[in-house]
Amino acid sequence: MHLLEPRAQPSQLLRWTAPLIAIVATLLAGSVLFWALGKPPLASFEVFFIQPLASSYGWSELLIKACPLILIAQGLAIGFKARIYNIGAEGQLIVGALFGGGVAIYMEGSASAWVIPAMVVAGALGGALWGALPALLKTRFNAEETLTTLMLAYVANFILSYMVNGPWRDPEGMNFPQSIMFADNALFGILLDGSRVNTSIFITLFAVLAFWLFNARSFLAYQLEVGGLAPAAARYAGFSAKGTVWFSLVISGLTAGLAGVGEVAGPVGQLNLNISPGYGFAAIIVAYLGRLHPLGIVLAGSLMALIYLGGEAAQVSLQMPAAITGIFQGMLLFFLLGADAFIDNRLRRPQLSAARG
Amino acid sequence: MPSSITACVARNCPLPEDNAMLEHLLPVFAGTLAAATPLIFAGLGELVSERSGVINLGVEGMMLIGAIAGFAVAAETGYGAVTGLPAGALAGAAAAMIFAFFALSLAANQAACGLALTIFGIGLSAFIGQHYVSYSLPGLQPIAIPLLSEIPLLGPIFFKQDWVVYLSFIAFAGVAWTLAKTRLGLLLKAVGESPEAAHAIGYPVLGIRYGAVAFGGAMAGIAGAYLSTVYTPLWVQNMSAGRGWIAVALVVFATWKPSRLLLGAYLFGAVTILQFHAQGLGISVPVQFLAALPYLATIVVLVVISRDRRLLQLNLPASLGKPFLP
Repeated sequence: MHLLEPRAQPSQLLRWTAPLIAIVATLLAGSVLFWALGKPPLASFEVFFIQPLASSYGWSELLIKACPLILIAQGLAIGFKARIYNIGAEGQLIVGALFGGGVAIYMEGSASAWVIPAMVVAGALGGALWGALPALLKTRFNAEETLTTLMLAYVANFILSYMVNGPWRDPEGMNFPQSIMFADNALFGILLDGSRVNTSIFITLFAVLAFWLFNARSFLAYQLEVGGLAPAAARYAGFSAKGTVWFSLVISGLTAGLAGVGEVAGPVGQLNLNISPGYGFAAIIVAYLGRLHPLGIVLAGSLMALIYLGGEAAQVSLQMPAAITGIFQGMLLFFLLGADAFIDNRLRRPQLSAARG
Repeated sequence: MPSSITACVARNCPLPEDNAMLEHLLPVFAGTLAAATPLIFAGLGELVSERSGVINLGVEGMMLIGAIAGFAVAAETGYGAVTGLPAGALAGAAAAMIFAFFALSLAANQAACGLALTIFGIGLSAFIGQHYVSYSLPGLQPIAIPLLSEIPLLGPIFFKQDWVVYLSFIAFAGVAWTLAKTRLGLLLKAVGESPEAAHAIGYPVLGIRYGAVAFGGAMAGIAGAYLSTVYTPLWVQNMSAGRGWIAVALVVFATWKPSRLLLGAYLFGAVTILQFHAQGLGISVPVQFLAALPYLATIVVLVVISRDRRLLQLNLPASLGKPFLP
C-alpha cells in the first residue's frame, strides 16, 4: 500500500504539468464514464467538449461562464496561499447578489445612470460582509473557517429564499419565487449583439490585472505566502496572522459578491433561486487548477466554464442530467490532487530500497 | 419543562391526559430521535476516521451516494430499508475508498480530497437519482419495545421508534466500547496520535487508516440511506442538505468523544425538528428562518467550543489531517 517515497528535490516540471495531467486523466475517466453509461465515448466527447466551441455564440457563452469563476477564484487564491480555506464563496456570491439586487429593486423607476455603479458597490459590500463574519469568528473565537463559511452559505440560501418568497417577490410573477425583472438601467450593457456578453466582464478583467499586480509587486502578498508556508517565521517577522485572516476572507467575499452582482444584473436579470450553478464551489477547483496564479486561474476558469457548457450540451443532445458537470468537477479535483502528489514524491521502487537495507 | 410533568415522572403516576403542552412536546421529542439518527451514524463514522488521524470532509458526498444507492436498491428489490441500508453502507464505503486512495496512498491534501468527494458525490447521486425522481417508498413503522416503551414519558420517546433508531443506539454503544475498551480502539488512537511510532512498532498505519475511512464511509452511507428510505422515503436531489457537514462539525463539538457526539446529535435533532412543530408550539416566524436554524446552531456551537483552545487541544488527535508516508 505504500506507493510513494519522497523526492530529494520537488519536481518543478510536474508543478506546472500536473494540471495538464489532471485534465487528460479527467478526459479519459470521462470517456470511460460515457462508455459505461452506454453512450458512444467519442461522440459524447465531441458533444461535451468540442461542439460548445464550434460557434461564436458558444464562445460568448464560455466568456459569460468563465468570468464569474475567474473573478471568485482570484479572491479565493489569496486566502488559499495563506492557508485560509474559504469554501463558502457560494454564500458570499448570494449575499452580493442580494445586496446588488436590493439596490435594483429599491431604485426601480429611477432613470439614474448610477444604478449599476450603486449595485456593484452594494454587491461588493454584501460579499465582503459575508466573508467578514467568518473572519470575526476565526480571529475572535478561533472557529474553523472551513465549516463557518460553508454553514453561512446555507444560511445565505435561506435568506435568498425568504426574500424572493416574501418581501421581494414579484407580485406579477405568477407566484414563482422570484423578484421583478430588473429595469434596463439596472442591467449591465450588452457588448456583443446577439450574445449575452455584457460589460461586467470588465470587472473580471480589472480583477485579473489587479490580482496579478498585487501578487507580482506587493509586499503584502509576500507576507500572506509566508504566513501560509511558515506561520512561526511570519510571527517572528511581525506579520499579523489576524490581519491575514481578515484580508483573505474579506477580499474573497468581495470578489464573490461582485460575481453575484454580475449574475443578477447580467444573464439572470432578477433575483431567483437559481442565480448560481455552483460557481462558488467550482471556483475552489479553478483556484487550485490555476496554481493560485492570476493567469493560471484565467486558463483554469475557461476550462471549468467549458465543463459547464459541456454539461448543458450533454443535457440537450445526450439526455444526460446537468449533474454530469459535478461529476467532471469532482474527478478533475481528485486527479489534480493526485498528480500534485508526485511533485514532492515519486513511485517507490521496492527492490532497490530493500537492497540498500 | 412544566413542573407537573416532572413531578409525575418522579412519582410514576399516569400523566394528565389534558396536558396540551405535553401533547405538543411528545412528538417533538420523539421526532428529535429520528432527526438525530443520520447525524449519529455519520458523526460516529467521521469520529472513528478522525481518531485514526484522517479528516474526511467528504461526508456530505458519501451520504448522498449512500442515499441514492440505498433508495435505488430499496426500490428495485421491494424490500425497503432492510436492503437499502446495507446497500447504502456499501456504496458509502466504496466512495470513501476513492478518497482513501488519493488522501492516504497518494498522501494528497485531505481537506481538498474530501471536498472533491463531496462535489463528486453531489453530481453522481443527482445523476443516478434522475431515474427515481417520482418514486416513493413505504417507509418504516415504529416498533414499540415491550416493557421499555411503557415507561412514562421516556418510553414513547425512546422505545417507540423505527428499528434504525435502535440500530443507532447499538452503533453508538459499539463505537464507544471499541474506542474505550478494546485493543482495536487503542490501535486506532495510537495511529491517530503518532503514526510514526505505530509504524516503528510494526503496525500497518495505512491499513488501519483505510479501515477507519471505510468504516466512516459505511456509516455515512447508512445515514444517507436512512434519509432516503425511512426519514423522508423519496428521492430528492441534494436531500442530505448539509447534514454531512453538520456531522463533521459535531465531531469537533464532541471533542472526539462518542458520548458528547450523541448529545450533540440530539441537540441538533431537536433544532431540526422544531420547524415542523413550530406552529403547534405557537412560534410564528418565516419557515426559512427555522430551516436555517441548524446551520446557525452549528456556527454557534463551533464558536462556543473553539473558544476554549485547551479543551480542543486536549483531545485533538495529534496527527489529524497530516499525511503519513512510511
